[in-house]
Amino acid sequence: MIWDNDFAISVIPLLLEGLWVTIKITLLGTVLAAALGLFFAILRRLAIPVLSPVVSFFVVFVRGTPLLVQAYCAFFVLPAYGITFDAFTTGVVVIGVNYSAYMAEVYRSGIQGVPKGQWEAATALSLPGVRTWGRIILPQAVRTVVPMLGNYLIQMFKDSAVLSAITVVELMATAQSIGSSSFRYLEPLTLAALLFLAVSYPASRLVNRLERRYAPQH
Amino acid sequence: MSAVIDFAPLLWQGLLTTILVAVLSGALCLVVAFAAGLARLSSHRWISWPAGVFIEVFRGTSLLVQMFWLFFALPFFGIQLHPLTAAVLALGLNEGAYAAEVVRGAIASRAKGQTEACIALGMEPALRLRRIIIPQSIPAMLPPFGNVMVDLLKNTSLVSLVTVADLTFRAQMIRSSTGQTTAIFLTILVLYFVLSYLLTLLTSWLERRFALDRRALAAQRKESKMMKVGAA
Repeated sequence: MIWDNDFAISVIPLLLEGLWVTIKITLLGTVLAAALGLFFAILRRLAIPVLSPVVSFFVVFVRGTPLLVQAYCAFFVLPAYGITFDAFTTGVVVIGVNYSAYMAEVYRSGIQGVPKGQWEAATALSLPGVRTWGRIILPQAVRTVVPMLGNYLIQMFKDSAVLSAITVVELMATAQSIGSSSFRYLEPLTLAALLFLAVSYPASRLVNRLERRYAPQH
Repeated sequence: MSAVIDFAPLLWQGLLTTILVAVLSGALCLVVAFAAGLARLSSHRWISWPAGVFIEVFRGTSLLVQMFWLFFALPFFGIQLHPLTAAVLALGLNEGAYAAEVVRGAIASRAKGQTEACIALGMEPALRLRRIIIPQSIPAMLPPFGNVMVDLLKNTSLVSLVTVADLTFRAQMIRSSTGQTTAIFLTILVLYFVLSYLLTLLTSWLERRFALDRRALAAQRKESKMMKVGAA
């Protein structure tokens, strides 16, 4: 028998612990990405000299380089300058910053989707900038952003497996360490794959439904 | 910087391996995308259902898990893959599953009238796809395909974790032997960035080359350029 059922059952609790860490990374990372992405999108939109082009380049650069290499940079380069975080924090920051670059684009298209008349009306009412953004533009932009945010959340959930390479003990790292200590990789890796699927498949169905509900009515 | 210069030949080999992995898995990705995407559209349930399961499984689980599974778990079935083979297979199948949805979406959104016209002309389904539907769908597929390919290129860095000596693997090697972390990692970040930028340029060139209505596209570009000038 290739598949060892007793062994598979015995490793499930450990894998579930790993899954919980993966979920925590995803949720914290999403919050960071959503906040930072909004910040970047607004900075780019405001067209501040020097700052806005720098942010634009940063966003493009992050999108053009691999998450794994970014994680290595944060994990190996920062300590050389005396900046040290534990692996979990580093992981959350790396994946949050990485996804903020994608989120910035999502917000940008959301903000662009707000009709020009809304800006003009806000100007006509001589609303201050903060209130124009907070009361008029963002509430309308966010409507289109919500389903995309869901998609990126699921993507991040799967991508966080990469953080096992910088010793974050999430689902993938747990499966790997069970494998290397027991010399049985089949069961932990298969179960890890199934756990990923068990979370991401229902989640993507849910996001699809959200997408249809939030779709702009024409 | 001295480490970067001293180890330039090693980095060069790593770069070539990265490109090799990207090209091989990119080709596999396209084959998988069309096979699975078209199968998904089939009206025979015993063709479309397995394709659907394949797409959901490969999209729903992590690429790294798939790569490790092919590399570490497959030997339990007596199949020992070369690291490069496992890496290319995982990348091609994973990104292929994403690209299959692109193929499916683009073909499904083609006008129904085209299919009806083909049927009216008595075209066989295979000929209909090859001559009418697929060529028309390609312009719609190109931008999302470009995204998948950039994603694939970036994900080639994961092959370093199954001991394929790509750019990331070489960088890690040089880092641990010289301790010159910053210079090495910044160098490969820039190299990856240049590669993905070149890929973006290639995609937009292809988009122009295969645009169904090139004159309309040119007019559109001219207009957007004028709008930019107007805004400035």
